Amino acid sequence: MQTLIDNFFNLEIVVAAWPILLQGFGMTLLLCAVVVPVGLAGGLVVALLSGARSRCLRWIMVGYVDFFRAFPPLVLLIFIYFGFPFAGIDIPEFAAVVLAFLLNSSSYYGEIFRAGIESIGRAQIDAARSTGLTAGQTMRHVILPQAIRNVLPDLIGNTLEVVKLTSIASVVALQELLYMARQAQSVTYNASPIVVAALMYLVLLWPLVRLLSRLEHKTLAGR
Amino acid sequence: MQLTDTTGSAATTADPGTPADTGRPILDVAALHKSYGALKVLRGIDLAVWPREMVFLIGPSGSGKSTLLRCLNRLEEPSSGSIVVDGIDIMAPGTDLNRVRQRIGMVFQSFNLYPHMTALGNVTLALRKVQGRRRADAEDLGRAVLGRVGLSDKADAYPHALSGGQQQRVAIARALALEPRVMLFDEPTSALDPELVGSVLQVMRNMRESGMTMVVVSHEFGFARAAADRVLFLDTGRVVEQGPPEQIFDAPQEARTRDFVRRITQH
Ligand SMILES: Nc1ncnc2c1ncn2[C@@H]1O[C@H](COP(=O)(O)OP(=O)(O)OP(=O)(O)O)[C@@H](O)[C@H]1O
Ligand SMILES: [Mg+2]
Repeated sequence: MQTLIDNFFNLEIVVAAWPILLQGFGMTLLLCAVVVPVGLAGGLVVALLSGARSRCLRWIMVGYVDFFRAFPPLVLLIFIYFGFPFAGIDIPEFAAVVLAFLLNSSSYYGEIFRAGIESIGRAQIDAARSTGLTAGQTMRHVILPQAIRNVLPDLIGNTLEVVKLTSIASVVALQELLYMARQAQSVTYNASPIVVAALMYLVLLWPLVRLLSRLEHKTLAGR
Repeated sequence: MQLTDTTGSAATTADPGTPADTGRPILDVAALHKSYGALKVLRGIDLAVWPREMVFLIGPSGSGKSTLLRCLNRLEEPSSGSIVVDGIDIMAPGTDLNRVRQRIGMVFQSFNLYPHMTALGNVTLALRKVQGRRRADAEDLGRAVLGRVGLSDKADAYPHALSGGQQQRVAIARALALEPRVMLFDEPTSALDPELVGSVLQVMRNMRESGMTMVVVSHEFGFARAAADRVLFLDTGRVVEQGPPEQIFDAPQEARTRDFVRRITQH
């Protein structure tokens, strides 16, 4: 019992590692604050282009979405970070991570937005266009607000995955939470920092999880 | 419920009675054709609607009534023909369609209200985004128009909290707020419970009295008989017969009209 506590819940080590863990947590927060909005915005663009009038463009978007949904995100990140320099492009860690997440999560978010947009019937478009709204205004004021409401649980669910996935940034030595916890672990030969990191992820994700299950409950009750 | 026209809401009262208007039709359709692939839905429609006129379109299911209405504001793209609305050729390549559409109000069978907006939000969206009015300005106007359709007290209600009749009146207000020169109705009461039909017809009657030009697809024959200036019978994409309601309903000249009218009135 005592060895378990010493190895996983060692207070002394936690106190010593606390500053760098907090620093890592800060970086993870920053990463999320950049990567989630970028992914959402990218996804919206993907969805809008997927509904474009040009058939050629639509095919390109199908290809884009399929490709990046099939591409393992960890491989993608490594490819960008270690591959770009070969092409003569030096890319900082943070930028590499953001780019990898843009490509990966915009394809997922894009499919969600697209499903939402397609859930809004022709009737709403007819009504809006008949009053003189342009196609863009119709999308912005009539379709998207309803579309987003319809797929809100999916958007939140995907955001959960994106937040969890930020830990892959540790492979390019970005000093986010997992990276810092592993540093502390390897210096102290003790797993306690990892346990604390897990708890920090939990604190970060729990509100989203709560929100998601409340929304899912509501949509089920609303049926 | 107050359904009478509240005068003084200047912005909402149509005034097609100025002398310049009386000389030409508000709506002038010539040789209008529309096909979906090989299916010819409209096969040469000619129709002139004069200021203050209320024209009814009747005809069997699939005869092209909805398609005709939807071509009039180019929600549906005509295959050929000409459509002139209030002097503006809406088929001309350079026409600003979104501007012309404000002059052509449209009311749908299933209301098509925006469910995420209040009644007032529904009515003011185009006022703000298309006409560029400030919110306060648009809302004053919106409330006045809602008053005109008897819904002053429902401005802040969301569509799901309104009855079908109330929803349809909000939809009418949404179109009316833009001060259209002509209003198109596609079976405005077909989706309503019988006891709610009256409130919508009353609003249409009021609009007619205030001089609105209207094209109505409806099988409310009683209403057509009382209110229509002219009834057109459409079949297989053509106007088979037209005339005053007494002629169409009581003494149709064409066999097809006679059959159709008899069939409907027997139900
Ligand atoms: N988008 C479309 N694509 C193909 N065919 C269509 C389309 N819209 C309408 N049609 C066809 O055009 C014909 C006329 O349809 P329309 O809706 O104008 O008839 P309607 O007179 O309004 O009938 P109803 O009384 O049932 O509303 C029908 O045969 C219909 O199937
Ligand atoms: Mg129809």
